[in-house]
Order: sequence, then structure tokens, then C-alpha cells
Amino acid sequence: MAFTTTVPPRPIFAAGSVLDRSEPFVAGRIILDDDIAPRASWSAIVRAGDVFTLVDVGGNQSGDCLIFAAEDTSERYSAPDTLAWQGNAYVSTGTVLRSNLGEPLMTVVGNEIDRQDTIGGACSKESNTLRYGHHTAYQHACRENFLHEGERWGLTARDLVSNLNWFMNVPVEADGALGIVDGMSAPGRRVACRAERDVIVVISNCPQMNNPCNDFNVTPLRAIVTRPERAAR
Amino acid sequence: MTIDSTARMATLDSVGAARSDARARGTRSPWMPDLPAASTPTPPVGVDPAALLWSETVAPGGYTHLRVARGTRIRLEDLDGDASASVVVLSSLNTAERLNVADTQKIPWQAYLGAGHPLLSGDGRVLATIVEDTSGRHDALCGASGDAWNVRRFGDATPEGPTPSGHALLRMAAAKHGLTRRDIPPAASFFKGVRVAADGTLDWIGSAGAGTHVDLVAELPLIVLIANAPHPLDPRTDYVAGPLRVHAWRSRATDSDDPRFAASPERERAYLNTIAYAELAGL
Repeated sequence: MAFTTTVPPRPIFAAGSVLDRSEPFVAGRIILDDDIAPRASWSAIVRAGDVFTLVDVGGNQSGDCLIFAAEDTSERYSAPDTLAWQGNAYVSTGTVLRSNLGEPLMTVVGNEIDRQDTIGGACSKESNTLRYGHHTAYQHACRENFLHEGERWGLTARDLVSNLNWFMNVPVEADGALGIVDGMSAPGRRVACRAERDVIVVISNCPQMNNPCNDFNVTPLRAIVTRPERAAR
Repeated sequence: MTIDSTARMATLDSVGAARSDARARGTRSPWMPDLPAASTPTPPVGVDPAALLWSETVAPGGYTHLRVARGTRIRLEDLDGDASASVVVLSSLNTAERLNVADTQKIPWQAYLGAGHPLLSGDGRVLATIVEDTSGRHDALCGASGDAWNVRRFGDATPEGPTPSGHALLRMAAAKHGLTRRDIPPAASFFKGVRVAADGTLDWIGSAGAGTHVDLVAELPLIVLIANAPHPLDPRTDYVAGPLRVHAWRSRATDSDDPRFAASPERERAYLNTIAYAELAGL
């Protein structure tokens, strides 16, 4: 199908970009292994006990993430519960990702950057008009991805809450200044989360068209679900 | 224990007697709405009591919910320094548009709430602006206390129990508007401060003391949900919340002649979006 399109250019990554697809964080049977294209969305059910590995294939590519209890999506990831329970503003190894009822959804069992963000939220067409100006309103954004991907599971705008931003660096400085700064990730770095119950994981591979944290070079993410081998009875 | 039923049988032996008994009961409590609002025992300084649209004292472990017009000014007052107001605002035009604490912190490049701070929705608009703040101790990171948290700390989180969670109370407030827990995003909390240390530790700075207040101006028609329950990081072993005073009166939404309108390029665009939306909707 040879055709041209008048849709404004979408971001792509440069030929010759360093890409490292790495490998699952834990051994076991591979249940799912998907590449998430730049600016695209992805979702899957991760069963209790399975481990979800997300690979930052090209480096400093934000994987915006929401988590829902599979049996009742009105119970979902809650950034404030997660932070209040651990008494720390950043997500790292050992962080229990809690629901809006305070219950564990997943636990971070592997993390290859200093800290992960859950304060900064997702980009949206609308918030980009505030951050950058109305000339960006036509561009794709993570909130679009969440809405589009959420349709698969009956999720709507009512279900979008403060998310996780894997591989994004959002410090809070002493005076409360907060913002997205230079990333600490690199090609092949990973984060891994064990499901504490059956969950729906939704990922937006952030288009990041206005933030230089990934050099405007949007790269794939790799999502892997592994079922660790059980000890023989 | 022996219960003496003599009085019950004497006063409730007919509907007329029951009615007389009900009407003869006291009509005051420390925690109640004042109707009309002008009858408030503590009118806000500088506000004509006759102009008040709402006056209420929310009990410790209680909640309230207001449906307000664009331009309404809402004062939350911490009488004794122990109030802890977890607040969620939603557009009453479209409740899918609601407080987004991430955008509220990210867009102004500032994690800590204070005077002039806009409470943003996820739709690029300002739902409410903090127009006055004599406390300076607030938190938009930890949200309302959750059920599991209160169960762990106190053994119970239910609304009818001695230690309701902020989230349980917000669910009750939401239900009064046909909303469910899907409609409760992370909340902003007033009168109890938290600061982030260099290593990310959430440091409790607590209350600024008795007699502080926060004023919000509604930039769109809003449903305002307020829970008055201890902040999750409150280190006290007891469940301590103080009375929360709420007043509301007619004011005006932020416009281009307000100094806060163009306080930053991001805020100016947020107000432009909000005003355009309101005018298009005929507000």
C-alpha cells in the first residue's frame, strides 16, 4: 500500500540509535514478550506471581504506567497510597505499588535506575497547551494512549489517575520546585514488578515531543511477562 | 446492663407523642450546618454575613460536599490546629474532569500548595485557585488516608467507626452525587504539611497551629468533596482531627485583570483555557 499522508509528522527514532532489548529480569516461562513501538500503547493481564519486566530499549524513554485490579477495575493504582505507605516520594526496588484501597497490586522486585517517578503524571494534549503552548495541542500524548488502550478494558477518563513514569526523573527540590529533568536511564535498563494479584497493566510509550529528556529520539519499550518456575513438590 | 423502657413507652405510645418528643429535642451540636448561612457563629472577617451562601462545621472524622457555581469563594478554616481537610474537586458540568494532582504540581513547577496555586484538572483547565492561605502547611503527595492504612493503624476505617479513613469519607461524599470510587482521584490535603527530603523521605511538618484558613475560588461549576480525617503521616498514635469550618460566598472567577492571571505563562494559558471553556458553555 503505497500512499502519502497529510497527517503532521509523528516522532520516530534516528537510524543508528543504540538499542538494547536486554532480557527478562527473572528466569521462567515467557508468557508475553512484546515490543511497544514509540508513541504507542500496550496492555495485558499479569497474573498473580508473574513478573512484568519493562525494558528501556533506547534509554530515557518514559513508560507511563497504570495498574488495575483485574477482577474490579474500580480498584486501581494509587500514587498517594504508595508514597504514604513507604514514607518516600520516589519509587525503587521494594516499593509496594498500592491501590486506592491501600492494598498491594504489585511489588518492584528489580530496578536498574536510581529512582522512578510517580508524581509527574502523564502528558496530555491539554496539559501540553499549558506547559508548551497551544501550538502543541495537535500532538499525540500519553493521556490519549491511556484512553485508547483503556477502551479494551472498559476504562474511561474516569479511570485515569496519577500514574507511574518508568525511566523518568522528576526530583522535588528543597523549595518544592518539581520538574522533569535529565534522565538517569540508558539503553537496556529495566524495571521489574511482581504481581501480588491479577492485574491489568497499561503502558503508554510517551511521545515526548516537547521534552529533551530523551533527545527527542523516541524509542521502543519491551514488555515481558515471566512466570517464575515453581519449586517441585 | 438493664435498660429502663418506661420513658420510651410513655413518649412513643402514639404518633402524636413521638412527634412531640422529636420536636422537643435539642437543635444544636458543635458540628452542624448553619441555616441560613448568615446565622453562622463565626462569620469570616470582612465578609457580610448576609452574603454567605454556606456555613458548616464538619465533625472530626466527618465529611461534607458542596455543589458550587463558578466564582464561588470557599473558606476552609482550621479552628484548633487539628483539622485535616482532604479535598477533591470535580467539574459539575462533566465529572470526568476532576482534580489532577500531578498536573497541579507539574504545570506550576511546584510540589507544595500555597496562595496563588491553581488546582488543575487533567484537561488543561483550572478547577479552583487557592486565593488566600494563612497556613502554608499542605500536601498533595500523600492523599487522603486509605482504608488499609487506617485498619493497620487503628483496626478500623469504616465511616461509622471511631477511626474513619479519609478515602472512606470521600467515597460517602461522592456517593451523594451519584459518583463512585472510580470518581475519586488522589486528593489534596490542607492544614497538614509534608516536605520531601533530598533522599525522597516524606518529612512531616504538620500543622501551622490554630486559626488558619485557606480560600478557594471555583473557576468552573464544581462538586467539592471534603473529608476531615487525620493525615496518613500524622505521627500521633491517637486519631486526632479537629473541627473544620466551611464558609462559601459569591465572589468571581479569576479574570485577566487579576494579578494571578498572568503569574506565569503556564497559568495564563490555564486561565485562558478555562475562561474560553466557560464562555463557550454560556457561563
